[in-house]
Order: sequence, then structure tokens, then C-alpha cells
Amino acid sequence: MSQVVLFNVFNGLIVGAFYALMALGLSLILNLSGVINFAHGGFLALGAYLAYTLIPYIGFWGALILAPPLTAVLGLVVEWLLIRPLYGKDPLYSLLLTFGLAYIFEDMTRLIWGAQSVPFQVPGWLMTSLSNQYFFLTGYRVFMMIIVAAAVGGLFAVLKYTRLGMRIRAGTRDLDTVSTLGVNVRVLRSLNFGIGIYMAGLAGVLAAGLLGLSPTIGANLIMPSFVAIIVGGLGSLLGTLIGGLMIGVASGLAAVYFPSATEAVIYVMMALVLLVRPRGLLGEEGRLH
Amino acid sequence: MSNANPRAISRRRIVKSGLALAGAQIAGPFVLPARAAQAIKIGLDNPLTGPYAALGKNELTGCQMALDEINAKDGILGRPVELVVEDSTSGDAGVAVLKARKLIDGEGVDFLLGNVNSALSLAMAQVSNEKSILHIVPGGHTDAVTGSSCNWNVFRVCNTTQMEANAVAAALIEQYGKRFYYITADYAFGHTLEAGMVRASAPLGGERVGGDLTPVGTVDFSSYLIKAQGANPDVVLFLLGGDDMLNALKQAVQFGLQNKVHLAGAQQEMEPLEGLAPEARIGVWVMEWYWNQPGVPHVAEFAEATKKRTGRVPTARTWFGYVSVWTCALAAAKANSLKALDMAKALQDFHLPPEIALGPNPAFYRAGQNQLLASLFVGEAQAKGSAPDDFFKVTKVVDGAKVAGTLEESGCKMKWPT
Amino acid sequence: MNAARARGLDVAICLMLLFAPFWMNAIGGYTELATRIVVMGLAAMSLNFLLGFTGVLSFGHAAYFGLGGYGTAMAIKYWGVGSIPAIVLGVIVATIAAMIIGALIIKLRGVYFAMVTIAFGQVFYFIAFRWNAVTGGDDGLTGWRRLPINFGFADLDIVQNDRAFYYFALAIFAVCVAAMAVLLNSPFGRSLIAIRENERRARFLGVPIEFHVWLSFVISCLFVSAAGGLYALLNNFIDPRALRVDLSGNLVIMAVLGGMRSFWGPLIGAAIFVALQDYVSSHTENWMSVIGLVFVLVVRFFPRGVLGMLRTGAKA
Repeated sequence: MSQVVLFNVFNGLIVGAFYALMALGLSLILNLSGVINFAHGGFLALGAYLAYTLIPYIGFWGALILAPPLTAVLGLVVEWLLIRPLYGKDPLYSLLLTFGLAYIFEDMTRLIWGAQSVPFQVPGWLMTSLSNQYFFLTGYRVFMMIIVAAAVGGLFAVLKYTRLGMRIRAGTRDLDTVSTLGVNVRVLRSLNFGIGIYMAGLAGVLAAGLLGLSPTIGANLIMPSFVAIIVGGLGSLLGTLIGGLMIGVASGLAAVYFPSATEAVIYVMMALVLLVRPRGLLGEEGRLH
Repeated sequence: MSNANPRAISRRRIVKSGLALAGAQIAGPFVLPARAAQAIKIGLDNPLTGPYAALGKNELTGCQMALDEINAKDGILGRPVELVVEDSTSGDAGVAVLKARKLIDGEGVDFLLGNVNSALSLAMAQVSNEKSILHIVPGGHTDAVTGSSCNWNVFRVCNTTQMEANAVAAALIEQYGKRFYYITADYAFGHTLEAGMVRASAPLGGERVGGDLTPVGTVDFSSYLIKAQGANPDVVLFLLGGDDMLNALKQAVQFGLQNKVHLAGAQQEMEPLEGLAPEARIGVWVMEWYWNQPGVPHVAEFAEATKKRTGRVPTARTWFGYVSVWTCALAAAKANSLKALDMAKALQDFHLPPEIALGPNPAFYRAGQNQLLASLFVGEAQAKGSAPDDFFKVTKVVDGAKVAGTLEESGCKMKWPT
Repeated sequence: MNAARARGLDVAICLMLLFAPFWMNAIGGYTELATRIVVMGLAAMSLNFLLGFTGVLSFGHAAYFGLGGYGTAMAIKYWGVGSIPAIVLGVIVATIAAMIIGALIIKLRGVYFAMVTIAFGQVFYFIAFRWNAVTGGDDGLTGWRRLPINFGFADLDIVQNDRAFYYFALAIFAVCVAAMAVLLNSPFGRSLIAIRENERRARFLGVPIEFHVWLSFVISCLFVSAAGGLYALLNNFIDPRALRVDLSGNLVIMAVLGGMRSFWGPLIGAAIFVALQDYVSSHTENWMSVIGLVFVLVVRFFPRGVLGMLRTGAKA
């Protein structure tokens, strides 16, 4: 029994890393711009489908490299056209707008690629288990961990060591001051949004190797991301990362003890955190209003 | 075209056969435009968006093919037939019920077809029963439709989960062994499938060594697969539908689970198999209909016609839609009436002609239950077959009538209006 | 909007609602559509009690809508009660839930309040889904239907007669709406508006903010659950999808589309949204894009909604 538990914890970390990747993109956008991007799942699906379309031409690795930035470009267009006018307004509006966008994305992917699930080809050597005993450690999952670690590491590096990153971090705390210091806030927000969507696109490509690729692939993934952000702490990216990992592990443990409650458990966690420590584990004070 | 009411064409997606119109022209200049107003309408209330869209659309294709054939053969009782399509969406039952009412009250359809989603089938059946309209359920699987919630006016084409379980259980025990681990989708479809498998395998010595109920829409099955493997069964049964099946199989193969235990299940469909990479197409399953039936007449033509229309082979869903529309036509012809009660009576123990049944065994609607008993195809999913799209190797064709259980077991107590 | 205009609008709307089954059929609609508009209109107006008048965004109202529906359905299925008692039972269940959950989340505001409401909405969705034995799970609660209403001296057949059911729904709607109007015009209602306008100032004026917001939340959920009960009766069916976040989102867009700041706004929004969805989904498979586009356009170009625009137009 304890071996099963161990397996599930380990596996939960891997899945949690994936959730964290998606949640980080969401969190970036939320922290700086105050926008709840309900369309994040739609961008994920788009990234996956773009990769699917590109694979016959440039192979899996080419698609992995190219699909996320393409998705990010689309994200930039969306931000410029639709979301930019909403900054500073009631968060209700951006929520509704991205809600509507999610509908449109799902419909457009169905229109372009069809409702039928399509097979997504991952290189064969990734598809096998690495060891007989730890059979759930497939090459693909390890690969996913590595990519997520690289992406997250890259993100934190950018935030810590580049000027852009510094501005984003500053802007998260006090955008007005950053603006008065002469930074072009509009561009900053756009770039920030682009980075967030890049991560969604990347998550999409990774998801397509794990799940069936259909227009609704993003729909089940967005809620866990929200939960990761709330549990981990509003305003804290590290918190989001931890939140994602925690959800993964919690789901894994629930599967051992209460199999029917694997999704419910993450909502219960969210509710508990909100009641006991509303700002989340690593959240900052004053983020509630 | 002269005998088409322009307003009718613009109002909604009305599917008319081009052949019917051409035929009308040839028949003579005295064909009156008023004829179109007498068209018989079949209402299809099925999902075209959302997670069930692929299944719903394939059923729609089957309906359209049947429609074309019927109109080419002079329609129903001499009148042309139209198909009025509404998207039940995959939202709440309210929309499906609303659309059913819209079709019946607003459009005045003569027959109602739908739904892929079991819950919506039941909700719609209440409406159709209230309004005494003949209702055919092409692909909603919950046993209650022709079981505890059966109605005299509601007929179902696809199998009950109990039938599917009965068909495959013996094959599994023979081939692989008696220890089963169940990965079951946690909703009525999964539950009844599991109950069916337990019931079917018990007399043969089948043993349930463990199982898990997985939430619908589960993204990651690894925890369940880990547990399954730990229980050391002979067979892991995947009693899942749609995307869940796809995800679970994809991940099971990534774990190499098929090298340690046998993978199998009850119901399988082409749609998830089409979404899997070739190496993930494994396991023993039962399909409700399959397009590659060498030696059975008419099937190849049907497959060809579907391929020409959509570029892909027909799936069981296509056949469900096809049979549903044809059932309406045949029932009306036999009863010589469009009244639901007459048609329902005509359909009791009604046998489908071979070019509709498209299977080796007779296909008929069991009297007192309104459930179609046809053929079930037990076999193995395969990476490559004798033809492109041949993803399933049929090893045994089971006669539906033999695995249907008794009328009493179904729980259907049909009440006819006086 | 000055008083005369407001009164005029009230009368116009009452007349349109009273005669809906007649003019709906004339323009290509059908009675059930009108009933659905009334039910959704009530739900949207209830949400707006919280959203438009108290300034608090809940994105999980479908949970209470659904709870009302399930309460009603279970009362009829398991106890065989009449329609009105069934709705009352549904309302009681949902209101108790709202009271408890409201107390738990009252400290939050803004997007975070919205997120928690989404979370709790999803929790109820799961309960409805999993608790198969009681709720019917994914199959929904079936095998029951609304019973004719016995007034002692006459039977109102709301089962077979769609029109009769429309008027029944309209009657419930009228009662709820009247109650909301009374509440909003009372001192309690005024303080809610004060909270919406400037919470800090209201606090300094001595308004007990938390209690008022909690009460507003509970009242809002009470009426939305009545709408949910009507919904269950309308379909003779309830299933977990009635609890999902999409429905919550739809209710919000209805309120915004019609005009959050006005009393009748959400009803107008519901009418437009429901009719549009019905019409478009009959004509194209891509109705989701159209609906999504509606969301986008409303937010970008008509954030004050239909009635909001009319009002400003009148001022100019």
C-alpha cells in the first residue's frame, strides 16, 4: 500500500508541474494586469492544434519550439485589440470578455480541425517506461517535467535578471509608480500577456502528448489552474508553482483513498485556504480588493 | 427550385434530398408547389457542439444518408421527408428539452430523434411521451431508456450496457482469465456497465479484484493505472466513454501496461480509436457495429457511400442514425399511418431488412421493450488492418437476441395508452 | 431615468409579459421560449440584486439556481408534493446553503470573491454528479413531473397546457420581482446602493457592511433558487449541468447586457440572450462563436447595457 502511495505522490508531482505551468501563465497575467483570462484553456488548445498541424512539416521538436511562440503572437493580437481597453475597469468586464473568447476559441478550433479527436504523434522513444518498477515514469512524463522545469526556471530567471523582468515585478506591486518612472506600461502589459500565453501554448503542446486532442482539451484544465493560484497565493508566482504541485499531489493521494473525490479535493482545498488564510499560502497582504 | 418554399429554406437547416427534387421535376410539370408543404418532418435533437459533437455529427451523417435513400424511393407514404436539426448543445438539459419542444410544437415534426447523452435522452423522452410523438433514441446508452423508464413511444437503436457486458464477458474469461480490475466512469453509463460485467462474469467464475470510479473528464489516469497494476489482475477493464477512454488508453500504453496485464473493456467506438496513435490501439472490446464485415451483403456499399460523403468510414454512430431514420419510414409504411400509436404497434418485433440491418444476425425491435436487438462485434483494436481505417479486428459476432436477457430483467413495464 | 419614464417602462414590460404567449407565436417564437425567458429573467434579476445594486460579483449563482431546482425535483419525486410547496422546499434548501456559504466567504471582495463563488459552484456540481443514489448523478433526476395545482375550487392544469404553465411561472416571477422591488426601495436597499458606490464611506456612515453584503447575497440566492425551481418544473427534469459555471457566466452576461444599473435590465438581457441563443443555434453550428462575440461586443461597446444606453440617450 505504501508503495502505491509513494508512486502516487511522485506521479502527482509530475502532473502538478504541468498544472503549475498553466497556472503560472494565468498568474502572470492576473498579477500585473488584473485580468482573469478565462480563455487560457482556449489558448492551450490552440497551441496543441498548432503543434499538431506543424508536426508533419517540422517534426515534433520543431513543433515544440514553434507552436508556443505562434500562440503567443495570437495572444498579443488579442491583448492589443480586446483586452487593452479594459485595463483599469471593473474586473467583471475582463472576466466576461475572456469568457466569451473561450466560447469563440472552442468553436473556431472545432470549425478548423473538426470535432473528432485527432491522434498526436509523440516520438516513439519517449513513449516507453524508464524502469520496470517505476513504470509510471514514462519517458514522456520525465520529458514533460524537464520542459516545465526549464520553462519555469527560464521564467524566474527572466523575472529576476532582466530589465523586463524587473519591470514586471515592480509593476505587479505598483504599476502607477512604474509608469511615472517612464516605463511604457502598455508595452509592458503586452509583453507580460505574451509571456503568459506562451506558457499556455507550451502547456498545450505537452498536454497533447498526454491527453486526447479535441476542441475541448482546455476546458478541464482551467479550473485546476485557478485553484493553484488561489491556494498558492495571490500575487506570488512561487506560490502558484507550489499550489500547482500541491494540487497534483492532493489529487494523486485522493485517488488512493477516495477515488471519486479526486477533483472535488482540489476545490475543498481551495475553499479551506480561502476561509483560513484568504491570501493563500504565499500571498501578499492587501491583494484582496 | 420551384417547389421549395423560400422561407422554409432560409429558416433553418432543412435537409432535403437533391434527388427528391430532381425526381419531382422529371415526374411532370403538374407537380404542384404545394407538395412541399406536405413534407414529413423528422426532428433531430442531438449535440453538434461540445464533448459529444463528434458522435452527434456522425449520427447526423447516418440520418442524412437514410434521408436521401428514402426520398429517392418516394419518401414516406408518398410524401417527401425533411430532417430538421437542432443542436442540443452539451449544456444543461433545459436546452435539449427546449429544442425538443421547439421541434414538436414550433416545427410540427412527426418524429423525434435523439440524444447521444443519456440524461438528455430521458429528458426528451418525457416530452415526446407527453406529446405522443414517436421517439427513436439512436445512441443514448443508459439502460433506463428501454428499462425502468421505458415508454411505449420511445425506441432505442443502440445496445443496453447489460447486453454489451454479456457479449464480451465470456470472451474475456476464456482468453485471459478471471481476475478483473475495473476502471469505471463515475456516472450511470459506467455504473451499469460495471454492474453488467460483474453480473455476466460471476457465473463464469469472474472475480472483481478491485476497481475505481473515475470522475468524468478525468485528465490524468495514472493514479488509477498504478493502483490497477498493483492489484495484479488478469484484465484491466476500461469502462469509460469518449474522451475518458482516449485519455486512459493513451496513458496506459505510455506506461506499457499492456505488457503486464491485458487491457479490455466493454463498449468501444471508432471515434476514440481514431484519436489514438496506432500503437495505442489495443485491447479487447465489443463494438455495436463495424464497417468492415466481409461476406455480409450491403455493408461495403454503405461504407463506400459514407466515405464518399465524409471522407471517412462509417462508425456505429453513423449506423445508429441511419437505422433511426429508416425505422420511421418503415414503421409508417407498415402501419400505413403517421400516428405514433399505430407506428409503435407496428414496430413490435419488427425486423429490419438486411440492407438496413447491415449485420449477420437479424435485427429487430423486441416487443414490450422497444429495444433493437441486432449484432454485437467482439474483437481487438489493432494498429493496422487489412484496409486503411480498419482499426478493429472482429473475432466474434454475437447475436444480440441471445445476450439481451429476459424482458423481466430489463425492468421495463410498458404502459400503452388506452 | 425620471419617474414618468420609469413608470412607463414598468407598464410596458408588464403588458408584454402578460400577453407573451400570444405575440411570441406571431413572431415565430413559441410559448416554452417565453417561459424560459421569464425563468432566466428572474434568475438574472436575482443575481443583479447582488451584482448591480450591491456591487458584488458572484460568478457561481448557478449553484443556488441548481440547488433550488434539485430541491424542487426531489420534493416532487420522493414526496409527491405539489408544485408550489416543491418550489418552497427548493428555495429553503438553497437559501440555507447560501446563508452558510455566504458567512464563510464574506470577507473577500472583487475577483477573489468571484473565484470563491466559482469554487463553491463547482463543489455543488460535483455533489450533484456523484451522489448518484439521491440526485441521479449524470443522468439527472427523472421520472417525475409537475402536478396540476389544486386550488380547492379548481384544478389548474399546468402539466399539459404550456400556456397555463407560462402564467404560473409569470405569477411566481411577479411575486419575487415585487418583493425585490420593495426591498430595493427600502432603507436596506438604499444602504446596499451606498455600499456599491463607495464601501469605505458607507462603513464610515455606520452601515454594517459585512452583514448587509451577506444579507444581499442570501436574498439574491433565495430568488435565484426560486427561478431554479421553476426551471426544474419547466423541464420536468434537472441535471448537474444546471449547476455549472457556464450558466453562471450566462446570468452575468444577461445582467450586463440588459443594464446592471437598472431594475428591469437583466430581464431585457435575458430576453435578448435566450432568444438569440435559440435562434442562432437553430441556424448554424457555430452559434458558440456568435454568443462569444456577443460577450465581447457587450463588454467592449455596450458595458452599460441596453437600458443603460437608453438612459444616457434620454439624458442627452
